[in-house]
Amino acid sequence: MHVEEKFTDATWPASPETATLEAKNKYLGFWLFLGGETVLFASLFATYLALKDKVPDSSMPLAKDLFEIPLTFAMTMILLTSSLTSVYAMYHMKNNSFQKMQTWLVITVLLGFSFLALEIYEFNHYVHLGHSFTSSAFGSAFYSLVGFHGAHVTFGLMWFLALMIRNAKRGLSLYNAPKFFVASLYWHFIDVVWVFIFTVVYLMGMVG
Amino acid sequence: MTNQQSNSANPNLNLAFRRKQNAEEMKHQVITFAMMIFFTVIAFVMVAMDSISSWFTIPVILLLAAIQVIFQLYYFMHMKHKGHETIALFIYSGLTVGLITVLVFLTIVWL
Repeated sequence: MHVEEKFTDATWPASPETATLEAKNKYLGFWLFLGGETVLFASLFATYLALKDKVPDSSMPLAKDLFEIPLTFAMTMILLTSSLTSVYAMYHMKNNSFQKMQTWLVITVLLGFSFLALEIYEFNHYVHLGHSFTSSAFGSAFYSLVGFHGAHVTFGLMWFLALMIRNAKRGLSLYNAPKFFVASLYWHFIDVVWVFIFTVVYLMGMVG
Repeated sequence: MTNQQSNSANPNLNLAFRRKQNAEEMKHQVITFAMMIFFTVIAFVMVAMDSISSWFTIPVILLLAAIQVIFQLYYFMHMKHKGHETIALFIYSGLTVGLITVLVFLTIVWL
């Protein structure tokens, strides 16, 4: 199979993300990158756990004073749903229906942006409560971990948008199908990290 | 690496088979998603109820998170399909190093 070959629904391969050698290599290489990302986030989690609630004076807010269930719950539901919508996009990619894939990716991107908007609101709110990047070791560790995740969300959104715009008039091919697939893997990985953030940082922070 | 293909020489029969198989897989993905939402809600409700001891809540919510991540990796990220052995090596190596890092920071590093 050649990357620029024209396909019909019947000839489109069952696994376009690994149909060419380039795609296979990209797929494997991307998972190696995700293994590295796991280590990166683990070291940020470790730092956060070691420095949690380490503040210079007792007037400063601690984790249990800051975090609130409704906002964290809304952010979690939004990101989890965006993971499902990107699964729908890849379902349509495998069925060679480009427009449906684009539609689901648009929904995914919109959900991603609403997650980001809530995160910006949240950080702004905390800064007003006296919890900033420079206010304490707790603050630095918190914003490094959660902010790094937010930066990953931003990068994921830019990645999706770049692929969607660049390929809007080209349709699906074995050249770009693996690109869409790898971007959706990245998006799922962001959700994996968030599962640990909402559990370890927010829920465990609220329990005490 | 993913779906099995039928061996028919007729591409249209093959297509119908694959469409059905993809739809079947999508149904499993939606079930996975429903379970992930369910586990998330349980975790939040446990934390919202102050009456439950934190000695019980924390291990349970960590367990729920681990289950969710397994769903995400094996279903949404397709690790349950064939040909993911090297990928599993990468991600489990990452998780092992990560776990050791967290353990070290929680035990032998003190501030």
